[in-house]
Amino acid sequence: MKDRSHIPSSEVTPEETFLNRRFFMKSAIWAGSTLATAGLYRTFSPRPEVKNTGAAIATVAEPSVQTVLAPDEKVNSFTDIAGYNNYYEFSTDKSEVAAKAKDFVTDPWTVQVGGLVQKPRTFDLADLLKFESVERTYRFRCVEGWSMVIPWVGFPLSKLLNQVEPLSAATHVAFETYYDIKQMPDSRYAGIDLPYVEGLRLDEAMHPLTLLATGLYGKTLPNQNGAPVRLVVPWKYGFKSIKSVVKITLMDREPPTTWSLANPGEYGFYSNVNPKVDHPRWSQAHERRIGEMGSRPTLMFNGYAEQVAHLYKGMDLSADF
Amino acid sequence: MTFSADTRFHRQLFLFNGLLPAVLILIDGWRGKLGANPVEFVTRATGVLTLVFLILTLLVTPLRKIYGWNWLLKQRRLLGLYAFFYGFAHLLTYLAYDRDWQMQTVVGDVYKRPFIAIGMFSFLLMVPLAVTSTNAMIKKLGGPRWAQLHRLTYYITIGGVLHYWIIVKSDVTYPFFFAVILVVLLGYRVFMSIKKARGSAPRAS
Repeated sequence: MKDRSHIPSSEVTPEETFLNRRFFMKSAIWAGSTLATAGLYRTFSPRPEVKNTGAAIATVAEPSVQTVLAPDEKVNSFTDIAGYNNYYEFSTDKSEVAAKAKDFVTDPWTVQVGGLVQKPRTFDLADLLKFESVERTYRFRCVEGWSMVIPWVGFPLSKLLNQVEPLSAATHVAFETYYDIKQMPDSRYAGIDLPYVEGLRLDEAMHPLTLLATGLYGKTLPNQNGAPVRLVVPWKYGFKSIKSVVKITLMDREPPTTWSLANPGEYGFYSNVNPKVDHPRWSQAHERRIGEMGSRPTLMFNGYAEQVAHLYKGMDLSADF
Repeated sequence: MTFSADTRFHRQLFLFNGLLPAVLILIDGWRGKLGANPVEFVTRATGVLTLVFLILTLLVTPLRKIYGWNWLLKQRRLLGLYAFFYGFAHLLTYLAYDRDWQMQTVVGDVYKRPFIAIGMFSFLLMVPLAVTSTNAMIKKLGGPRWAQLHRLTYYITIGGVLHYWIIVKSDVTYPFFFAVILVVLLGYRVFMSIKKARGSAPRAS
């Protein structure tokens, strides 16, 4: 019988090799685990480095429109505006949208305007850029409780609607966002039905504050902000300001809207910014202005009450939220 | 000494990797690299890290039973304490930035928002577990009673996943991911206890 307890000395690992191997193993585990942990953190941490690569848009001055900010309100940086976006077709992670929308094709582009109008028409990009552009610096309040100040470039929606001549039967306007799962593969995870649809009452759509924006910071819109053309309704929660519009339809009834379809108890058709009507899951009394650490009180109609409150006279805004 | 016997090495490895995310958040915060909404990021990151460490503590038993990695048991306390640490950081961000340190508003908020109530309750359940994590407390309570108390971890983790699921607006991918892991980990325990009950039941011949 062979003595198994006896290992010939030739087979014993020399102490030095053994220690070296252990040292190597330990170092590898240290390095590997550190890289894995830090890498995992990096994957989820925000890293938007965005540059304004848009083409310049000429604007005309318009002293008549009152969109004055309070003295302590500052316009947000381009990085904040273009690096923190809710655009669920590309990603539900706000700091991921810029990267995911990088290759979105926005030219050629057409906006089909029809429904209850005298002169239905399809506008291409050149047609839209022919409208006289103005710069409007508006507060932008997201329903999630954060806000920004954004220097939009665009033109009042009323100018476009006047060109197609709404019929007297038209009471509402429906909007639709471009949708293509090939260009928007992550839209599978959005959790909302697409294409994204929104709507306004006709008087809201015709209000001089309501813009079709084609740019910001003097240049054409970044993809993640809704290029090439989006709606901006400054007194409503941000999700009303539908992005990358391809269709505008005049109707004689309230059109369905994406978020109220997804969750009617939480998001209504009007969705006016209102500090007194809370979201069921969080308060709307305050907001976090991007770029600031403390919170600000949210203003009625986002600070545009003087211009728009008359539209809702006699309405119960907690019922029509 | 083999890898599985090198407790000191495990301790250092777990201690360092558990603290690393917190250090990276602080460094990014210092450099102003936490994105446009740092408060939102820190809140979400600390919340997710709490869930990650809760899940890791629940992984220890199955890994021991299936792969025989018994050395993991000695690191479980550390994993649990990290869950408590990140949970506490999560609570502090909420109190500081969501509540502006207005403590009297917390009660109303808990009452009004179910997901806050669930999160708060889950955190409060973690407190006795952290307090009884010392060797002295284990001895004082006695093993079986201590183990029974620490089964609260199941309810804490369920509460944590629910808390996350409710706050998401529509994309439930991440909460779903945690829920699936949790169902597997709890399912494993149910399965084992049924097996054990069958195995130890007296048999009539």
